[in-house]
This record gives sequence, structure tokens and C-alpha cells, in this order.
Amino acid sequence: MSGFLKVAWLVLRKDLRVESRNREMLFTTLFFAVSCVLVFSFGFVRGGQAVEGAASGILWITIAFSGTLALGRAFERERNHDALRGLLLAPVDRPAIYLGKLLGILLLLAVVEAVVVVLVAFLFRAPLFQYVWRLLTLLTLGTIGFASVGTLFSAMLVRTTNRAVLLPVLLYPVTIPVLIMGVSGTAALLQPEPDLAMARLWIGLLFSFDAVFLTLAFWTFEPVMTE
Amino acid sequence: MRAIETSENMPENSEGRGQLSMSKRLFPVLTVVSLFLFVTAPIIIVRAPYESTMGLVQKIFYFHFPSWMAMFLAIFILGVASGIYLFRRTPAADRLAVAAAELAVIFGLMGLITGPLWGVKAWGVWWQWDARLTMAVILELILVAYLLLRQYGGAGSERLAAGLGIFAMANVPFLYVSTEMWRTVHPRTSVVPTLPVEFGIPLWWSFAGFIVLCLALLSVRSRLEEQRATLERLYLALEEE
Repeated sequence: MSGFLKVAWLVLRKDLRVESRNREMLFTTLFFAVSCVLVFSFGFVRGGQAVEGAASGILWITIAFSGTLALGRAFERERNHDALRGLLLAPVDRPAIYLGKLLGILLLLAVVEAVVVVLVAFLFRAPLFQYVWRLLTLLTLGTIGFASVGTLFSAMLVRTTNRAVLLPVLLYPVTIPVLIMGVSGTAALLQPEPDLAMARLWIGLLFSFDAVFLTLAFWTFEPVMTE
Repeated sequence: MRAIETSENMPENSEGRGQLSMSKRLFPVLTVVSLFLFVTAPIIIVRAPYESTMGLVQKIFYFHFPSWMAMFLAIFILGVASGIYLFRRTPAADRLAVAAAELAVIFGLMGLITGPLWGVKAWGVWWQWDARLTMAVILELILVAYLLLRQYGGAGSERLAAGLGIFAMANVPFLYVSTEMWRTVHPRTSVVPTLPVEFGIPLWWSFAGFIVLCLALLSVRSRLEEQRATLERLYLALEEE
């Protein structure tokens, strides 16, 4: 394994090990996501019938909200005992540290999404499993786009005092294109007559967003984190 | 007096001075040119013919479109200056970025105010979630987030803001495409190059006025930021005495 991937894997393994011992992030994020969908269902299900077209929006907003919650604490463990400084002082490629953290967040969100998708399909009677692979592609690309920007922002805010407030303030406006693409792509699959060409178009757009913003994040991680 | 000498020995200052003298020379020229353009623009706009369907209200276009173009110019400068600051740590680039971000917010607000004024007459509604409007609001949000980060980010926030500045500029094409794919009631951009000459002259006249105004404000605002930095250095030097 090349040095770069090895470092990323070491960071990821460290996070997974800590997480497997206390499961704090997994349980809290999951609980938050479930309560989020429930709150939406109180708002958008009337007389046993879900408001038309609400499911795709609710799915993505829940992912964005619980993603923000997870991202806000992505670097929390590194803050204690100045572990972040130690990590940045290590003689390794800095972007590899970013990649390791990003993979951890992606794994966490994948678990959350598995639960949220089932819950939304169940509560809103949305035919989400009709085109499983397309939905999976949309979710994967959308989550990568959201989390790649979010992990970078979370890292750069780690030393500021107002990080809890500033993360959503910065993250939502910048990731709105991801939400528009994700919601529209999912809506195209869920409508009474699914528009597959439209969904493909949104998938393509999401892919290019991911390519640009992942590159930008890898590129800016080092100068942003260097004091 | 000694404090001033100390500050002049700082390496950062020598480079800052070159920029100061340049913006000092540029500002009066730009101000006079933009003043001239703005004073003459109303005359030219009044003389322009009425548009056949919208009539008088169409004339707001001569201010609406240029203010958006000035905003895009400011965002472009913000992105480039942020990149330069992030990788080269040139203080002048950071000052330019702040100035550009504030101007982008101001010009964006002008667009957001003149837009609904025009829309209520032309479309009959104040607001419509069409592509351009959506994009404008999101860009405005990103820029305000940038200013919030600078204001409340604490020490070292310039570096973080520079990161955000790059992301803001990179977002423009994605916002454009993703919002454009929603059905739009807004005139297409291709309207502008095909405009008849009698409409084109006042448009490009105001356009030039807005761009020059934007550059003039940019130079004076980044100079203010520079003088603020110098003042801070002097204070610090004085305290060290």
C-alpha cells in the first residue's frame, strides 16, 4: 500500500477503533436522524397521506442535518490534549489525514442513510427501492460532495471558539448545489412517471461537483491547516 | 517616532507600501471616471427608446444587470485573491479579498432590490423562484457567510476565509447549471448581446460605470484595511517598547 493510502487508513482505523469502543457518534447521529424524520412526518403527513413530493426533500434535509451534527464533532477528539497538533506534526502527507477523516464520516453517514431511507420509504410511502442502484449512486455522490466540503470546513474551524455556530453557517450555503442536485435527482425517480434521463443528468452533475470540490479540498487542506 | 521606525523595518511593510502608492494614484482617477459615467448615465437612459412591451419599467434594467456584473467581478477577485493569500501568504491579497467580499454583498443587494422592483411590474409578482433569482440569493448567502466568518472566526480567520473564498468562486458554475435546470421565466443571458444599439448604448454605459465604481471602491477599501493593519503594527511596536 502506498504511503498516502496507508496514512489515510491509519487515521480511519484509529477513528473506527475509538468509535467501536464507545459508539458515541454513531448512536447520537442515528438517533438525531430518526427524530428528524419523525418531526418531518408530523409536519408533512396529513390525514395519513404524505404531502406529494415531500419525501425526496425530507430524505436529503435529514442527511444534511445529521451530517452537520457528525461533522461538527469529526475533529473533536483531535482537539483534546492537542492531538491535532501532533497529527499535523507527523511527517506524512497532510491531505492523507483529511482523506482518513473523510472516509470515517462517509462510513458513519452510510449507516445513517441506510436507516433514514428505509424510514422515509415507510413513513411517506415513497417508492425509494424502485430504482435501487440509481438511488444508491445519488446518495453516494451527494454524501461525498457534502462531506468533502464539510470535513474540510470542520477541520479549519477546529481552532475557532464559535465553531458550533460557524460550521452550519458556512457549510449550508456552499453545499446548496449538492442538495438541489440530490433532491431533484431523487424527485425524478419518485414521481409517478419516473424520469430516468433527468436522474442521470443530476447524477452527472453531482459527479462533477464531487470531482471539483474533492480536488479543491485536497489542495487547500494543507495551507488552511498550517498556522 | 521610534515605534514608526520599528514598523518600517518589518519586511511586510516594504511590499505594502508599493501597493499603497498604487491604490493612492488609482483611486482618484477611478472615482472621477465613475462619477462622470454615473452623472451622464441618467441622460443617456432617458434618451433611450421605450421597450415595446414593458415600457418605462424596463429602464431599471440599465442598473439591474450592471450591478450583477459588478458582483460577479467582485466574486472573481475574491476567489483569485483568496487563492493567492492561501498559498503565498501575501497580506495585500487578503486585504483585497475582504474588500471584494464586502463589495460583492453590496452589489448583490442592489441586484436583489432592483430585481423585485422590476419583477412586480413585468411579471406581476415580487418574487419568483426562478433560476437566476435562486442563484443570486445563494451567492448572497455564501458571501454573507464569508463576512460572518471574518467577523466572528477569531484569530487566524483570514486563512479560513481564504479557503471559503476559493470555494465560493468554484461554486458559481455549479449554482449556475443546477439552478438553470429549473424552468426559468427570467430573460436568457443571450438577450444581452443581441440587444438593439439604442438599448445597448445605455446598458454598456451603466455597465462601465458600475465596473469602474466597483474598482474604485475596491482600491479605497483595501487601502483602509492596509492602514488598519499598519496602525495595529504600530500599536504593537509601541507596547513592546
